[in-house]
Amino acid sequence: MSDLEELIRVLPMVGAEPSILNDTGIAHVVAHGHHILSHRTVPGLHVEMEETPDAIIGKMVIDAGVTIAQPIHMCFGLAHPTGVQQIKIDVQVNDGAQAGVLSHCLFPFAKAAEHRMQAVMTIGPGASLTYTESHYHGPHGGMQVLPHATIKIGRGARYFSDFSLLSGSVGTLDIDYFVEVEEEGLAELSAKIFAHKTDNISLKEAVTLRGERSRSLIKTRVVLADEARAEITGITEAHAKGARGHVDCMEIVQGRAQASAIPIVKVFHPEAKVTHEAAIGSVDKKELETLMARGLNPEQAVELIVSGILR
Amino acid sequence: MSIPLLDIHHLTFEADRHSILDRLDLAVQAGEIHALLGANGSGKTTLAYVLMGCEGYMPSAGNVLFNGTQLLPLKMHERAQLGLTLAWQEPARFEGVTVREYLSLGKPECDSEPALKQVGLDPDRYLKRRVDKALSGGERHRIELASVLSMKPKLAILDEPAAGIDMLSINHIIGIIRTLKEGGGSVLLITHQEEVALIADRASQLCAGHIIFSGGPREAVDHFRGRTCVRCDGEVCGYVRP
Repeated sequence: MSDLEELIRVLPMVGAEPSILNDTGIAHVVAHGHHILSHRTVPGLHVEMEETPDAIIGKMVIDAGVTIAQPIHMCFGLAHPTGVQQIKIDVQVNDGAQAGVLSHCLFPFAKAAEHRMQAVMTIGPGASLTYTESHYHGPHGGMQVLPHATIKIGRGARYFSDFSLLSGSVGTLDIDYFVEVEEEGLAELSAKIFAHKTDNISLKEAVTLRGERSRSLIKTRVVLADEARAEITGITEAHAKGARGHVDCMEIVQGRAQASAIPIVKVFHPEAKVTHEAAIGSVDKKELETLMARGLNPEQAVELIVSGILR
Repeated sequence: MSIPLLDIHHLTFEADRHSILDRLDLAVQAGEIHALLGANGSGKTTLAYVLMGCEGYMPSAGNVLFNGTQLLPLKMHERAQLGLTLAWQEPARFEGVTVREYLSLGKPECDSEPALKQVGLDPDRYLKRRVDKALSGGERHRIELASVLSMKPKLAILDEPAAGIDMLSINHIIGIIRTLKEGGGSVLLITHQEEVALIADRASQLCAGHIIFSGGPREAVDHFRGRTCVRCDGEVCGYVRP
């Protein structure tokens, strides 16, 4: 089976149908390691990808005022136990444009591999980008996954991101996002992670609300099983009148796992406001008992609560 | 009288060396709605938790037979699987869990729509909603009752089922309680609301963890009004701790 066929085979594990790659109305990029295996673009979307020995270096531009009707699929991964993949990408969503990106990161056999993403995203005034990144990992762990991004959200622009890693064992995951929001802009960052075995999770999301009436939400849901570890840092700074931010972190700890949450909120204007809530611990006792009072055994009840939290 | 569905004998529960349930005796017959009245702190909710087997609510003495089976040695889900359930006064919220899932717990083939309609909620609007903070208190209470209806229990313990329900909707709640009975179930109904208590077949009054009166619901309500100690010292209700 070729590398392309192998990646296509596991696409359904992150909720994507392989047929999207044959649809001429859907843009896509498929990359294995540092090789581009398949790509397609659509009107209003410009994608340049360069293969180098150390990285794939790319640029994605969406023309001003254009709405890309179907999500753009970016399939990255490795079909072997070892290997390195580094993606450096510059995304520009120009004024008033709208698009969605579904990033599928597929590592079904990885044992000692590395996946690095360095992204710079610029969302122009009045534009909107929804970025969804779903990971599929096999049972082995041992990977280094390092998605790092800097996102600039222009006046009245909207940015929604949703990171999920819900199956398999990753190894080390180090997410580092920095987001700046201008006047009346909106940033919503959501992350859902289920870590197993000896997975080590570091998640740092920092939002700076620069403009008046800018808004943000950082929402994190992490479930840790076995001997997994996680440190979650959610930082929001508000610098302007009417800026509003909220940090919401929940971590469920099972087995011998360990978790920490560090919400940092800073306000530099008397008419700005940032709030936070963080909860770490076992499954909520009342939720558990309610489900058991309907006849679910403890294992079934925990499974339902955890699956709900990670949706 | 036939053998009770729920037969509680000398049930005693203490917390921090304080007696909460004091040699409590109570019987609920099959097919009966039995109201439980009592002042705040008299032990009503504690009794509900002890019967359901909630964590930290193991009694120090006494015996409970449920449909002929010793209840107290069983785990919570085992009690539920025998047909006992509890609707909490303040129901839990579940992030991400849909109303459809919640109403069909453990029974994926269950048709949840009739139960939702019976509590006055439109299935088209509610089945895909989540049982989370976005529901109002009244909506959450109704969904809790719909969940109990879906389960078709032999005995449902309803702890203040009409709390947070608007006046116009109380009749819905009363209808649901009657539906549980018409379906062959029994209800142990903890309530402070007279119009709800009066639908019971029998009623008992709890004071300081002890049943001080059992009889018809009208008599029990009248007794409750005239014979309730705010902090039980036996002077009003007549029950004196040994």
